[in-house]
Amino acid sequence: MTEFEPVIGLEIHVQLSTRTKMFCGCALSFGEPPNTLTCPVCLGLPGTLPRANAQAIHFGLMIGLALGSDLAPRSIFHRKNYFYPDLPKGYQISQYDEPLCRGGQLGEVRIHRVHLEEDAAKLVHAGSSGRIHGSDASVVDFNRGGTPLAEIVTEPDLRSAAQAREWLTLLRTTLRRLGVSDVNMEEGSLRCDANISIRPVGVTELGTKTELKNMNSFRFLERGINAEIARQEALLRCGGQVVQQTLHFDPQTERITSLRSKEEAHDYRYFPEPDLVPVATSEQMLEAARSAMPELPAAREERLQSLGVSAASARQLAWRTELGDYFEAALAADGAEPQPLANWICNELVARVGEDDPNASKVTPDALAKLVALVRQKAVTIGNAKLVLDRLVADGGDPAAIVEAEGLGVMAGGDDALDPIVEAALAANADAAEKIRGGNMKAIGAIIGHVMRETKGRADGAEVTRIVRQKLGL
Amino acid sequence: MSATDVTLLTAAAAVDAIERGELSAGELFEAYRAAAAGDELNAYLWVAQDAPAPVREGAPLAGVPLAVKDLFCTQGVPSQAGSRILEGYRPPYTASVVAELAAAGAPLLGKTNQDEFAMGSSNENSAFGPVLNPWDRTRVPGGSSGGSAAAVAAGSAPWALGTDTGGSIRQPAALCGIVGLKPTYGTVSRYGMIAFASSLDQAGPLTRDVTDAALLLRHMVARDERDSTSIGFPGEIALPASESLEGIRLGVPEELSDEGVGIERGILDAFNATLRLAEQLGATIETCHLPHAPHALSAYYVLAPAEASSNLARYDGVRYGARVEDGGLVGMYTRTRSEGFGREVKRRIMLGTYSLSSGYYDAYYGRAQRVRTKIADDFRAAFESFDFVVTPTSPSVAFELGAKTSDPLAMYLNDYCTVPMSLAGIPAISIPNGLSDGLPTGFQLCGPAFSENRVLEAAYALEQAIGFDELARRARA
Repeated sequence: MTEFEPVIGLEIHVQLSTRTKMFCGCALSFGEPPNTLTCPVCLGLPGTLPRANAQAIHFGLMIGLALGSDLAPRSIFHRKNYFYPDLPKGYQISQYDEPLCRGGQLGEVRIHRVHLEEDAAKLVHAGSSGRIHGSDASVVDFNRGGTPLAEIVTEPDLRSAAQAREWLTLLRTTLRRLGVSDVNMEEGSLRCDANISIRPVGVTELGTKTELKNMNSFRFLERGINAEIARQEALLRCGGQVVQQTLHFDPQTERITSLRSKEEAHDYRYFPEPDLVPVATSEQMLEAARSAMPELPAAREERLQSLGVSAASARQLAWRTELGDYFEAALAADGAEPQPLANWICNELVARVGEDDPNASKVTPDALAKLVALVRQKAVTIGNAKLVLDRLVADGGDPAAIVEAEGLGVMAGGDDALDPIVEAALAANADAAEKIRGGNMKAIGAIIGHVMRETKGRADGAEVTRIVRQKLGL
Repeated sequence: MSATDVTLLTAAAAVDAIERGELSAGELFEAYRAAAAGDELNAYLWVAQDAPAPVREGAPLAGVPLAVKDLFCTQGVPSQAGSRILEGYRPPYTASVVAELAAAGAPLLGKTNQDEFAMGSSNENSAFGPVLNPWDRTRVPGGSSGGSAAAVAAGSAPWALGTDTGGSIRQPAALCGIVGLKPTYGTVSRYGMIAFASSLDQAGPLTRDVTDAALLLRHMVARDERDSTSIGFPGEIALPASESLEGIRLGVPEELSDEGVGIERGILDAFNATLRLAEQLGATIETCHLPHAPHALSAYYVLAPAEASSNLARYDGVRYGARVEDGGLVGMYTRTRSEGFGREVKRRIMLGTYSLSSGYYDAYYGRAQRVRTKIADDFRAAFESFDFVVTPTSPSVAFELGAKTSDPLAMYLNDYCTVPMSLAGIPAISIPNGLSDGLPTGFQLCGPAFSENRVLEAAYALEQAIGFDELARRARA
């Protein structure tokens, strides 16, 4: 049977977190009441004119730098003409054949272009379907209209849905690191469409592609692409053909429906926006963009590894900017052992705060660093340190104080209290004691377990072993 | 002074009279308000009912009122661009240039009738009925700023604002026997001007004489951060005083001054008479060449409708203006736009939509842009040898109402001599220079970008020599 290879390219829309909208002075919307962040310009009232947002251009140049794109010395805005109620001027101001950035590469994926445009307003459809067809009435909220967008288009370099998801994660981290966007898929500040085709393995020309829209989470992106690959494969296997069209992915039902065919595709009648002058990228603007560039995830990953952090941890910390920032803050507080600190963040802390930003949690980086130091100094056992972390996540505070207050500190070897407990454990586990005496050191686990139960985890395993050996005369 | 006497003053003379304390701004406003309210030419679509707030002490325009073309947005006042689709629309803001002029002491007198969305050369495309020419009420005043031109010519406004995309200030000025100036593209803000063709639209004054044009323009030019394409004017617009054209070289483009291209004999006679006067004032006159000018009209009727087709897309019935329900979204769009726009506007939307369509863009829009560049180059070359290029403004005098309404091409030819300057973005003035069959003719003078002061000086010298007011008085007697 023919093996098929998917070929995937992504078109990503990123809402830029500028102070104001793309072409007017309105603030960006974060859930304000409908139509409260509007002005004559973003409502497209007669006689109004756009003016380009310098900060959006600055962010666009930063994105271009991060992706290694060629930054155009001169780029122009075009009008993309079509009628829709969320588009108050009857056209979207976008860029067409002279975009701000061309080319580039991020990870293993080449970038085709990056351009700037304005977001549409938000339509809310009354009725059950939630879509314009079949709804009784629709209302428009223009708060979102005119929000600056950067559209990033990749070359068709991705070969699986999982790879697309992973790459998009890298892109998201990169953009977050740049500070140019909230890049939140669920909230729509990061939106991704996929161009998908399949071809028999070994064939170099591309198959007919479809464009899949509306995958509003990383999970749905992967599922949507997989569903479309399966649909195309099923078609080809039974002798059918893929028809070029735009498809809609319904995250609820995971069904794919056709939005429009190639014949129904809009003729957008692009032409240069006569109300705006070309964007001339000056040396000053380039310098401003360059000097605003933070360390990017790929470079951070490398640097963390050079500090002695494992490859896996370095990637996790670098790809989740907030984890990396947290790590570096903790490292600044106590830089003795990068890897154990990374482990505590990547494993224990992430297990407790999930996708949330640990910097927003009650565990300060300083506190976590102290906790890891307590473990290193054998002032608390690993098991009890996890309990301390639970407490920190719930209430915050100082780890040493919690250890003290809860009596979770390690029972020191010189402590008379430990000796009788070991004595009792040996007595209660005579079989094990016998085996140890016979040279089977594995049997010491039972003794240590007993001691730990008795001491509520406060005993140091190594210390217990030392006492056992001593008592058994080994 | 009687109410009639005060409206006989030019705007500049009225400013002087107010500053000397011989005339009160309130009295002047009321005299014009009454004249505008009593207008029988259909020149106004709205007239102020109340006296404006007193202008600030020392305001340079002293309270001399201003008639404003309907397509300038004026807060709370109907701004309909002559279209049914914006009937009764009252914007929440005022156009930059109107606000600037009000601040300079020129309060809003009324909104003047125009061809719908400035598309037309006769004012017959207004949704609110045609304007009549005050020289002969059976004739058109020209367009699209026909209401502004007729109001100034009839004396119901001291001066007026118009807009010029391909001749919409200069041609009606010529047909009504007044002065009309299209400034360099970018000198006057377009913010708040309801757009026809963005890359061509430019606001300018329609006035009784050249001095008034200079005075009004002085307070119009400004860099406006709300209009990215606005540049402002380097320096200040001066009031002209020159009575000589000594050393001035006038170029007469063969392509725009020949009977063979459809210019009426009477228009050419008046034009040639003015050239002789110019020579007497010391100018030299030579034939010049604008080889691509004959293609200007074709390029214009690709570019302007293309931009218009996009600029007018916002009139969709969703947010403001007319809305005709028809069950669904597409039906509502279709009926709103079918019933809201007039024939000529729909014709140009169709033209523009076609020329921007995939597969046609290069052949039409792309080629027209190249022609536009060539025409600008032609003017640049001409201005290396000449100070100004001069032509008749309009190929004909005011024609009868209805004469060209069934023939769009004949109507478009009205702009034959004015469109090249619009495409080149350069300043051009039309001054009345005589009569033909008892109707005014216009003389057009244009110079390089930002040469407004020199254009005004030369136009002033010619104006003094022509003595049009005296001609007109004798003709009427």
